[in-house]
Amino acid sequence: MNELLALIFNLNTLAAALRMATPLALAAMGGAFSERAGIINLGLEGLILTGAFAGVLGSYYSSLPWLGVLLAMIAGGGFAALFALFTIRFKADQVVAGVGLNMLALGLTTWLMQVLWGSRGSSPNVNGLPEITIPLLGRLPFVKVFFIEQSPLVLIMLVVIIAGWYLLFKTPLGLRIRMTGDHPTAADTVGINVRAIQYFCVIFSGVLAGLGGAYLSLGHLNWFSVNMSAGRGYMALAANIFGQWNPLGGFAASLLFSFTDAVQMRLQGLNLSIANELIQMLPYLLTIVVLAGAVLRSRPPEALGKQNQGGDE
Amino acid sequence: MNVVELKNISKSFGNSLANDSIDLAVKRGEIHCLLGENGAGKTTLMKILFGLYSQDQGSILINGAEVEIKSPRQAIELGLGMIHQHFMLVGRLTVTENIIAGREPRRGILIDYAEGMRQVKELTATYQLSVNPGARVEDISIGEQQRVEILKALYRQAEILILDEPTAVLTPQETGELFAVLKKLKESGKTIIFITHKLKETMAISDRVTILRDGKKVATIATSATSPTELARLMVGREVILRVKKAAAMVGKTVLQADHLTYYHKKNNRQLEQLSFVIKAGEILGVAGVEGNGQQELEELITGLSRNSQGKIFFKGKDISSWSIRERRYAGIGHIPSDRLKRGLIPDFNLEKNLILGSEWQQPYARKGFLDYKVIRENSKVIIERFRIKTSGSQALVQDLSGGNQQKVIIGRELRREPELIVAAQPTRGVDVGAIEYIHKLLLKMREEGKGVLLISAELDELLSLSDRLIVLYEGRIVASGNTVDFTEAELGLLMAGQGRGGVKNGPTE
Repeated sequence: MNELLALIFNLNTLAAALRMATPLALAAMGGAFSERAGIINLGLEGLILTGAFAGVLGSYYSSLPWLGVLLAMIAGGGFAALFALFTIRFKADQVVAGVGLNMLALGLTTWLMQVLWGSRGSSPNVNGLPEITIPLLGRLPFVKVFFIEQSPLVLIMLVVIIAGWYLLFKTPLGLRIRMTGDHPTAADTVGINVRAIQYFCVIFSGVLAGLGGAYLSLGHLNWFSVNMSAGRGYMALAANIFGQWNPLGGFAASLLFSFTDAVQMRLQGLNLSIANELIQMLPYLLTIVVLAGAVLRSRPPEALGKQNQGGDE
Repeated sequence: MNVVELKNISKSFGNSLANDSIDLAVKRGEIHCLLGENGAGKTTLMKILFGLYSQDQGSILINGAEVEIKSPRQAIELGLGMIHQHFMLVGRLTVTENIIAGREPRRGILIDYAEGMRQVKELTATYQLSVNPGARVEDISIGEQQRVEILKALYRQAEILILDEPTAVLTPQETGELFAVLKKLKESGKTIIFITHKLKETMAISDRVTILRDGKKVATIATSATSPTELARLMVGREVILRVKKAAAMVGKTVLQADHLTYYHKKNNRQLEQLSFVIKAGEILGVAGVEGNGQQELEELITGLSRNSQGKIFFKGKDISSWSIRERRYAGIGHIPSDRLKRGLIPDFNLEKNLILGSEWQQPYARKGFLDYKVIRENSKVIIERFRIKTSGSQALVQDLSGGNQQKVIIGRELRREPELIVAAQPTRGVDVGAIEYIHKLLLKMREEGKGVLLISAELDELLSLSDRLIVLYEGRIVASGNTVDFTEAELGLLMAGQGRGGVKNGPTE
């Protein structure tokens, strides 16, 4: 039994969890920024998918995977800008617009794939991002598994998360964002440009989700397949709530979800006499349990999902 | 020297003219009251000055120079600061964060919180606005939150402070403290525009007063040259009787008896402990106390909105402790709730529907399960006329009525049922002087007709002029009770703050 546990719970599982947490944590941080500014971003799922597709597209035509990553971020940001236009400028219902965005992204990427590559399932292989080993960190005991032959996007994600935390909680912009999501009128009356803050946050969330998508199609794999995001956008939203609208919390929650996922995969590999379908349910089951508990204690931004009615224009 | 000058300002919303060619001149270093009933256009005018609304016509001069103010940011740059009626504060942020937001001291790209804290402390010391700069705003009292609002303006170097009905949320003690702060600010050369509908405050704090009525400017006068009676007349447009006259009480049988009511609310830690009192036919029992000392719980227990208490409630001799709200209403308890838009009315329903709430399945309004709109409309016409509700008709939405008229809708509905006891909680909150006068008359009429009234109010004047007897609540306990004539206002203020000597004043509570 101990051997079995050791097979499942070890540093390699954790390293796998860290990799799988990358798109989740990035999108969750996007969710944190968007929602801290008061805009529910249900479109994360579609934004990840868009990013994944744009990443492959960029790499396919330029053979440069990093150009693909850039394109993924631009595409994510662009789609998010569209979402921002509808929800902020035209005050469309945020939930409906978010779901619409997801459907649009799924349809558009599937259709474009057929047009461009004549395939209904997946794109041709493209140049993915090469794995790298960090010189010094890669030699440390125990933690070296995280830094040897690692996708650069995993490392970028760690930096982005920490920078995001600083941005949100230590800088003037962060204070203004938090004020906007809690009390837009208060922000308005001290001269904060609420609209600009909201546009920035929503577009930034698209850039982050797009980057997360690029990890799926250029870091983890090196092709795009239909509906590649597979619900990760929703998991990211859950991680964001569980993480209390905090990039670090969202990262921790993503790690928990993906760790369960990694364990689940290991369990499947062991050929236990349990149906694989049941084992595959584990991460989702955990999501539900964790969320049911977290939602009770969580405290969303006060003005989340409410339209800002500043001024009389 | 006029520091602010508004010339010929007009502003309309849809068909209604909120400001009609208003002129206003405010001198440097004065406290200038903007007096008027609700809906007179005071707040609209100040929101135009602060850049939250844009005027349809007219000009604004600051320090003699014409300016165009399109946003609060511009207003702030011109040295204006506004303390809104509903605080513009974020509860989960600290005092310092709330104050510095939008103009943060920086160290590199990060906020310099230590510097912000230092500046806030300096301001609190200079103007004696004591508040803990590190506390979360949601953890401090309403009075302190208001000080944070003032600090926010001062931090932005405001020279002209606009306060919108600042005392509406304060206890008498806090109001006194606020007035001291305002005088201090005036001494240091700040100009203060004080929006209010309260005559007493205008007399107490202002140097000059401008009266608005129905969107028009009526007059600007020096406070020392006027009287509350004159101000009331200018504000309402007719003679107003400020002091109600009431006949001696003709007390009858006991209508309501509360016997050792004890109630504990786990969630917000509020409680009532061992409350015993009696209300007789033909008298008004006033409940004094700073909000949050058990008044709401008492209101809920008597009307049946919450029932899990210990102790008993008797209505006309019957134990009604376990009765439902409906059973109590049918037995003859009427209710004017403290929060009229949440509990008294459905704002986006029209008048006639609101007027049958609670009777909607009863004869004659409903027959065989269908509403009879003819009867319902007839009913609303009767009530509109009898209670002088100002409205375009029974189809008007309640949310479009003024506060005073909304309150009349509730009172009309409740009195139509001819209750034996009425629980009137904050019956004149946010209601203009004219309507206050009328509501007071109605409550006294009920008393004359031999009904019992439980009057829960935060307005000391109201309690002192209407009630026959008083009980004072502090932290869920009755700390004093007795005949109203035996209490002075100062004494009541102390008792409400938990500092008085308390006990039973001369008269017995029963």
